[in-house]
Amino acid sequence: MKFLISLHVNPAVLDALTDEEKMALGSGHGAFIEALKASGELITTQALADPSQAAVVSVRDGQPVVTDGPFLESKEYFGGLYLIDVESKERAIELAAQIPDAAIDGLGVEVRQVMFSDGPLEA
Amino acid sequence: MTTTAVEDLLRELAPQVLGALVRRHGQFEGCEDAVQEAVLAAAVQWPAEGMPDNPRGWLMTVASRRLIDQLRSDHARRERESATAAEPPPEDVPDTDDTLVLLFLCCHPTLTAASQTALTLRAVGGLTTAEIARAFLVPEATMAARISRAKQRIKAAGSTFSLPADAERGERLRVVLHVLYLIFNEGYTASSGRELDRPDLAREAIRLTRMVRVQLPDDGEVTGLLALMLLTHARREARTTPAGDLVPLDEQDRARWDRALIDEGTELAKASLAAPALGPYQLQAAIAATHADAATAEQTNWPQVHAAYLILERIAPNPMVTLNRAVALAETEGPRAGLALLATLDGDDRMAGHHRLLSVRAHLLEKAGDTAAAYEHYRRAAKSTASLAERRYLESRASRVRP
Repeated sequence: MKFLISLHVNPAVLDALTDEEKMALGSGHGAFIEALKASGELITTQALADPSQAAVVSVRDGQPVVTDGPFLESKEYFGGLYLIDVESKERAIELAAQIPDAAIDGLGVEVRQVMFSDGPLEA
Repeated sequence: MTTTAVEDLLRELAPQVLGALVRRHGQFEGCEDAVQEAVLAAAVQWPAEGMPDNPRGWLMTVASRRLIDQLRSDHARRERESATAAEPPPEDVPDTDDTLVLLFLCCHPTLTAASQTALTLRAVGGLTTAEIARAFLVPEATMAARISRAKQRIKAAGSTFSLPADAERGERLRVVLHVLYLIFNEGYTASSGRELDRPDLAREAIRLTRMVRVQLPDDGEVTGLLALMLLTHARREARTTPAGDLVPLDEQDRARWDRALIDEGTELAKASLAAPALGPYQLQAAIAATHADAATAEQTNWPQVHAAYLILERIAPNPMVTLNRAVALAETEGPRAGLALLATLDGDDRMAGHHRLLSVRAHLLEKAGDTAAAYEHYRRAAKSTASLAERRYLESRASRVRP
C-alpha cells in the first residue's frame, strides 16, 4: 500500500529552533531516509523550496495569469513529502512517528493513502 | 525459440536450479543472487545465440560459477579480517523437486507479507527484480532492498533448506497459500494508470499454485485455492468495462466468462470438497463454483451460497465472511434480513467505517427501497475506498438513487 507522508512546516517554529535542534532535525531525516531505503519501503522523498518562491497559475478567459504564491495563506505551508510503499496503514503511521517533525509543536506530519499512480517511478 | 518461450522455460527452471544449488552449497541468499544473474544472462544470450543443448545444465554451470566467484571474494575478505569459517561441505544433489522447500523458505513467518510475495516471485517464480518492481509499481531499488532485507532475515532466523517439521508444516503451508492468494489478488488491483507493462500476477499465482498442487495433490486447501483462482480468473473479461469501470457480478455478461477455466475450476472445487478436512479456500471455491453454475444472475442458487457462508463463518470466523453472508441472506430472505445481519457487525472495530460494510449496506438499503439512506451510504462508501475504480462505481450507484 502506498502512502504519502506530507510535512507541514511553520517557518516561525523552524526559525525559533537552536542550531543544534536544526542539526538534529536534518540528521533525523537523514537517518530516517537511510532506514527506509534499507527496508525497501521508500519510493521517493522530496523537499520543496521556500513558499515565497511559489507561483500561482490560473487561466481566465483563456489567458494564463501568474501571481506570487503561495496559494494558501496560512501559518503552515507544505514543505516536503515522503512517498512510501508499506504493509499497512499501521506501518505507515509507525513510520510517520519516526520523523523528527512529529515531535515538534507547530510542525505537522500527515499520512494519506495513494489511490492512483502513473508515470515512471525511477527518479 | 521466441523470447516468450525462453522466458517461460527460464521461469520453470529457475527454482529447480536454485534448489539444486542450495542443496550443494547451503546458503540460500548467495545462491538466489547467483541464479538471478544466471537467468538474466540466459535471457540475453539464448534468444540471440540459440538455446544450449542442456538449458538446465547451462544455468547450473553459470550460477555455480557466479556463486563460487562470490564465495571466493567473501572468503578473501574474511581472510583479511582474520576470521575464517569453514564452507559447508558439498552434498550430493538429490533429484527432487525443491519448489515446496523454496516456497516454505520464501514465505518464512518472520517476513512481512510484502517481503514474502516479492521473494516468492523472484526465487520461485523466476521473475527479475525489475519485473517485480513494475508489478508492484515501486522503483527497482526499493524492490531490490526489500528482497535483500528479506534474505537477511531468513538467514538470521537460522532457517535450513528443508521442509518444516510435521508439527508446523500445516501452519507454514497456510502462510504459503496466503502469499499465493495475495499475489493473485495483487493482479486484480486496478489502481494504476499503466496496466499494460505490468507482469500478469494473477496468471503467475495460478502457475505457482499449480506447481504446489503437483507436489501436494491430496491437500484440499491447495486444490481449493487453485479452483478459487481459476473461477475468479474466468470472470476477468466481464468484470470491467473497456473504460475500466467495475461491473458487479449480477450485471456481468456471462457469455464473456471463460468456460474452459470455469470447467476446470468447478471440477477442482468438487474434488477439493472430498478432502477429509474443509478449509476456507475450499468453501470459497465452492461458492465461486455455485455462481459460475448459474446461467443468469437470477438463477443463482442463493440458499447454497448462504449455506456455504454459514460453514465458512463457523470454521474461519471473520467479519468479511458475515458481510458476504448478509448479501446471500438478503437474496433468500429479503433485504431487511440482510440488513439485520449487517447490524451485528456495527460493534466490530475491524469493520468500523470499512467501505465494504458501507457499500453492502447501501446496496441492501437500495433493495429495501430506502433510497435516501442508500444514497448516504454509497457516498460514504465512495469516500472510504482507496480504489479509484471502486470509487467511480460507488459514485455512479449514488447518482442512480439520488433523492
